[in-house]
Amino acid sequence: MATSIVVENATKYFTLRYHRTFKEVAVAKAKGRPTSETFKAVDDVSFTVEQGESIGIMGLNGSGKSTLLKMINGVMKPDEGSILTRGRIAGLIATGAGFHNQLTGRENLYLNAAILGMTEAEIKRKLDDIVEFAELGHTLDGPVGHYSSGQKARLGFAIAIHVDSDIFLADEVLAVGDKPFRVKCMKKMRQIRKSGRTLFYVSHSPDSVIKMCNRVLVLEKGRLGFDGDPTEAVHYLRYDEGDDLDDEIANDI
Amino acid sequence: MSAVVPDESGLPPLRPPASENGLIGVVRRRYLLKLLVTREISARYQGTFLGLIWSYINPLTQFCIYYFVVGFIFNLHAEIPNFAIHLFAGLTVVHFFTETFGAGTRSIVRNRALVVKMAMPREMFPVATMLVSLYHVVPQLVILTIASLLSGWTPEPVDFVALLLGLLICGTLGLAGALFFSAANVFFRDFGNIVSVFNNFVRWGVPMMYSYEMVDDRFGRFAQYYLYNPLADAVLLFQRAFWVGTVDPGHKSVAAMPDHLLLNGAIIVGVSLLILCVAQFVFSRLENKIPERL
Ligand SMILES: Nc1ncnc2c1ncn2[C@@H]1O[C@H](COP(=O)(O)OP(=O)(O)O)[C@@H](O)[C@H]1O
Ligand SMILES: [Mg+2]
Repeated sequence: MATSIVVENATKYFTLRYHRTFKEVAVAKAKGRPTSETFKAVDDVSFTVEQGESIGIMGLNGSGKSTLLKMINGVMKPDEGSILTRGRIAGLIATGAGFHNQLTGRENLYLNAAILGMTEAEIKRKLDDIVEFAELGHTLDGPVGHYSSGQKARLGFAIAIHVDSDIFLADEVLAVGDKPFRVKCMKKMRQIRKSGRTLFYVSHSPDSVIKMCNRVLVLEKGRLGFDGDPTEAVHYLRYDEGDDLDDEIANDI
Repeated sequence: MSAVVPDESGLPPLRPPASENGLIGVVRRRYLLKLLVTREISARYQGTFLGLIWSYINPLTQFCIYYFVVGFIFNLHAEIPNFAIHLFAGLTVVHFFTETFGAGTRSIVRNRALVVKMAMPREMFPVATMLVSLYHVVPQLVILTIASLLSGWTPEPVDFVALLLGLLICGTLGLAGALFFSAANVFFRDFGNIVSVFNNFVRWGVPMMYSYEMVDDRFGRFAQYYLYNPLADAVLLFQRAFWVGTVDPGHKSVAAMPDHLLLNGAIIVGVSLLILCVAQFVFSRLENKIPERL
């Protein structure tokens, strides 16, 4: 088996700027207040993924999961350390693809597919499958700005899943979809896993992570807190021992 | 992508994600570029009844305004024969530059939805803007050609060379500027405004409302420094292509045209390409921080 992703000591700094205009910055400086603060969104993370592995990423909101995925798909570069990947990458980052709100779903479909590296012939060939999978009906020819977040996720997922990628990234995609769509996505991702493609799956649901993944990475404030068996990861996160009442409430959502 | 060379085991190599960047990456992904350009063009006339006819109406009306106001009220027709063509040739090429520069500077911020989530060469957006501006040059060239032919122009090969050089100068410099400022504009939106202010000045720094003869006349031996402005040369090249052929060769305004226009034009194209390389270098330095600052 070949390695698919190699992450070595990857660190990403973000700077929070409290003030934007010249006047605000000048006032803050004069009063001796800080004008910005730098922190590590991903902090010295290292791991290696073999081709065909399905990896679950877990962690609280703001722990750096989306940032890590952005570095793996090449939107961002690590400030320190290195990331290497093998083959084509497709997927959804931060609950949705990059769409232009003024454009129609169909126009966005072409654009997105081309950005993900599909050729013109490939898009023509797969167009019907993508449209069918997204199940958007007439809405497909309306502007994406009018879509609900679930509809956007459908379209984004439908496009990404039809790319012949070697690595598939899914960042909380299923959080906004309705149940029939979630089921369809899970089935599709299982197919991906069987076909030997590498799967990177961010989710807050212990059940689906245990079912879907053979290994889980847990991020804690940017650091890699845990790397190993999914059941142990859920245990590590204490997602399994929370109050029954908490669970009930969370499941009701 | 298709250009990937598999390693020994027949698999694609291990490498940094999205490593095919820069203007070279843009050239490799022509289909995506085509989509961006056609989208932009159709978006501009979306919902209009006249559609693409607007791309003729706009320059034509602007031309008429300048023609009547500057030509008759300031009485420039008297000194510059076929003043309308003299002006319109300049307007066409200058407009190509200001459009590429201005819209290109805003292109990355405008496409933030894509930039923050999708991996692609970000040079794609300024380049697409340049091609859209080039597309809008075509109707103006048509108007210019018809007007010049009606005024007695017989096209010569050298006219086409001049035309091409003028376009190359403005396209390359406009793109270089757009690369610099589109990245800078992400960090401070002030840069977009700076470019707008700059573009307002451009029109007056080139010999289209006035003739080069006047510059030569008033600046004397300093007139050569005026020619260090590459846009002035681009305008003169366009006038060489269309306007010179319509005027009596003995006329003093034609006689005053600078020498070695084509040679200078070719040198400026070379320098512009160097500037473009520098712009690309700066852009790739700033690029890393673009997605997180949008
Ligand atoms: N562009 C940005 N600039 C500054 N801070 C950011 C930026 N993007 C994300 N962050 C911060 O980085 C941290 C990690 O974010 P993210 O990776 O989106 O978390 P997760 O996906 O795990 O919820 C958060 O604290 C978030 O506020
Ligand atoms: Mg996230």
